[in-house]
Amino acid sequence: MDPQAAKFIGAGLACFALIGAGIGIGNIFGSYLAGALRNPSAAPSQFTNLLIGFALAEATGLFGLLIALIILYG
Amino acid sequence: MAVEGAGHHGPMEQFEITKIVDLDLFGHDISFTNSSLMMVVALGLIVVFMIFAMRRRLLVPSRIQSVAELSYEFIAGMVKQNIGPEGMKFFPWVFTIFVFILVLNIFGLIPGNFAVTSHIIVTFALAIMVWLVATFVGFWKHGAGYLKLFAPEGVPIWLMPIIIPIELTSYLIRPISHSVRLFANIMAGHTMLEVFAGFAVLLPWWGKIAPTGFMVAFTGLELLVAFLQAFIFTVLTCIYLNDAVNMHH
Repeated sequence: MDPQAAKFIGAGLACFALIGAGIGIGNIFGSYLAGALRNPSAAPSQFTNLLIGFALAEATGLFGLLIALIILYG
Repeated sequence: MAVEGAGHHGPMEQFEITKIVDLDLFGHDISFTNSSLMMVVALGLIVVFMIFAMRRRLLVPSRIQSVAELSYEFIAGMVKQNIGPEGMKFFPWVFTIFVFILVLNIFGLIPGNFAVTSHIIVTFALAIMVWLVATFVGFWKHGAGYLKLFAPEGVPIWLMPIIIPIELTSYLIRPISHSVRLFANIMAGHTMLEVFAGFAVLLPWWGKIAPTGFMVAFTGLELLVAFLQAFIFTVLTCIYLNDAVNMHH
């Protein structure tokens, strides 16, 4: 295979990590909404935790994106 | 920007660093670049805004004064909630980090401006500073006892050989995840805007409407991301400091 083509395929494959980030972020916000609708008074106190969870879930996916960028431009 | 000379500019060209003033320090290139210029401008604006907003300290704040007060209380609340009253020692530093990143993020969204936080070296420098300060504070406050952070209480002893390397890795990887999150969010957002700007330029007139509308909506979302990422960076700074000051509470 042409090495250039392999590089692009590899970068595309590395972006698969973002699937997990998508699932994770959706899960966190979905669970937060479900919890917030059941007990709205407790929702604001958990907002910071929500964002932390969001950030942590997103980070794992972004590592994959970073690998893709390193492959493409590194 | 992709707007000039359609098709000849890639979406990554907006991140190019250009030298404004050539400087050389013992063989190291420390030129004043467009990135440095944006940082200086942002810093100057923050300082001027804060001094101007607080120049007349009214009991009933004027509009501009309440902006300064709100941002102060926002971060002060975050610091107190995450680290406790002891954490107010770190407040000026945490506040500076927040405002600096927020202003740089929002500045980068103005078309034609250079997005400083889209370069990993900038965010990594900030993140490694946070990590070094947190580690230093931890060892300074707890001495060698700070190493207990890697061996959580209540974990059965036979699990320790697995837990300690995991905790150690997650601690050492903190500056990387901390910086990559900010950098990747800003960079991905700007690349996306540029790609859709390219569509808007290249397509015939009937195709321009959808990408232009998408860009307007996406710029709004990017504004949210700019704030959210500055906020998350600051919250994580507080959490790392909390680990150092209070050790798992």
